[in-house]
Amino acid sequence: MKPPPFEYFAPTKLPEAVALLSASENARLLAGGQSLMAMLNMRYVFPDRIVDLNRVAELDFIEEEAGTLVVGAMTRQRTLQRSPAIAAKLPVVAKALRHVGHFQTRNRGTFGGSLCQLDPSAELPAVALAYEATVVAVGPAGQRSIPFEQFPVTFMTSSLASDEILTAVRFTPWGGKVGTGFSEFSRRHGDFAVAGAIAVLAGETGGPIRRASLTLFGIAEAPKRARDAEAVLVGRRVTADLIEEVAALCVAHATLEDPFGSAEYRGHVAAAMAKSALSEASAELDRQ
Amino acid sequence: MSGAAAARTICLNVNGEERSATAEPRVTLVDFLRHGLRLTGTHVGCEQGVCGACTVLIDGFAVRGCLMLAVQAEGRQVQTIESLGTVEAPHALQRAFLKHHALQCGYCTPGMLLSLAQFLHDVPDPTEQEVREAISGNLCRCTGYHNIVKAALDAAAELRGAREEN
Ligand SMILES: Cc1cc2nc3c(=O)[nH]c(=O)nc-3n(C[C@@H](O)[C@H](O)[C@H](O)COP(=O)(O)OP(=O)(O)OC[C@H]3O[C@@H](n4cnc5c(N)ncnc54)[C@H](O)[C@@H]3O)c2cc1C
Ligand code: FES
Ligand code: FES
Repeated sequence: MKPPPFEYFAPTKLPEAVALLSASENARLLAGGQSLMAMLNMRYVFPDRIVDLNRVAELDFIEEEAGTLVVGAMTRQRTLQRSPAIAAKLPVVAKALRHVGHFQTRNRGTFGGSLCQLDPSAELPAVALAYEATVVAVGPAGQRSIPFEQFPVTFMTSSLASDEILTAVRFTPWGGKVGTGFSEFSRRHGDFAVAGAIAVLAGETGGPIRRASLTLFGIAEAPKRARDAEAVLVGRRVTADLIEEVAALCVAHATLEDPFGSAEYRGHVAAAMAKSALSEASAELDRQ
Repeated sequence: MSGAAAARTICLNVNGEERSATAEPRVTLVDFLRHGLRLTGTHVGCEQGVCGACTVLIDGFAVRGCLMLAVQAEGRQVQTIESLGTVEAPHALQRAFLKHHALQCGYCTPGMLLSLAQFLHDVPDPTEQEVREAISGNLCRCTGYHNIVKAALDAAAELRGAREEN
């Protein structure tokens, strides 16, 4: 099918985009279009106005400042995948991006667009949760910061108001020795995952885990931290038995049911993915 | 900055030429190329970003022509299958596709070729697995992919040879 009619604006400055967005009751922001254009073509959405962010150059950046790494909302997934700063400081971003669609969709798709789309199986929102990122948004009332944990409110819906624009995502890379692991199961390469897991572990080589982050995705309305599993990991040395023990806790986190899998099935897939993500992370930690 | 929903002249640089036609802003790039500019080499399949039949290059990058509006391509270099090679002087990929029987009905072929053109530029010496991953976003219902992979590896070797000669 073809998109329904809409008026189209392509501002070049952020304040213009904010004004254009808030001046219509039924406007939509267009980022990489890799989800929105398909929804328009299928007529799932009928916006009166499209505000295209692709010419707002100030939203496309990767910046390091005093212990933080800030990624602009319009940074292309391809750019992130190839950034040396991202690879060094936030290795899970690069590991996850290989699984986000295909290289052609990553040429257009943006970081901010993926966070706002908030597909329950999407990799990048899970990465933002794993690293405890903070989302920065602007609207007519000014700027505010939202911890990513509070960003999703329900299925594919963020806590942004309809007149707010996500402008950047702020990360605080972990210090010291860190190992990371990413694992997902999908039916074909590039498909949305059935379920997946991200592990970030910090500690001393061969010593106890000092800090642990275990994120599951594809198992609930939005990505979810397995806090119970993290609590078990901290203070312990990673062994095969410990990995089995914490992976088993992941099964119960699954609540999402759809024609592609029951919650029980997704929970077991997530547990298997958690096992391999934790093994990868602990092996990485041991190599340092 | 333009704001109307009404049709207007859209002017694009396609295959090195300035081309224009009248269209509404809601018209996708692939429909504009096919209906507005009568460049029908680019195909349309799913219109959902899944099949890759509509692939074109924008400033050298392979993108889904069905997931971009024509107006968004203003000021950019658009390259379609019409410019990849000619009957007299086919591109290395086109020669390899012919040699390895990498097409049957041809529906997926323009998208396969342009996707592989960017991919071999990024990764000049790929493994078979890397080629398979690269074309995972281009669906082919005829060939079973094996011959496309063979053709891509063959073209990669030829393009590397040509680069060394220069
Ligand atoms: C074949 C195919 C396979 C895919 N596979 C995967 C996959 O495996 N994993 C995955 O995660 N994704 C996948 N995707 C989707 C991914 O490519 C998109 O990049 C992503 O979902 C949306 O990003 P975008 O930049 O394209 O945003 P758009 O599609 O432009 O926008 C998405 C939504 O977010 C809103 N929005 C965008 N930017 C902002 C902003 N700055 N502030 C506020 N709201 C905003 C838009 O209004 C819209 O509602 C796939 C897509 C295709 C076509
Ligand atoms: S028609 Fe564009 S991807 Fe299928
Ligand atoms: S040759 Fe027929 S779809 Fe690929």
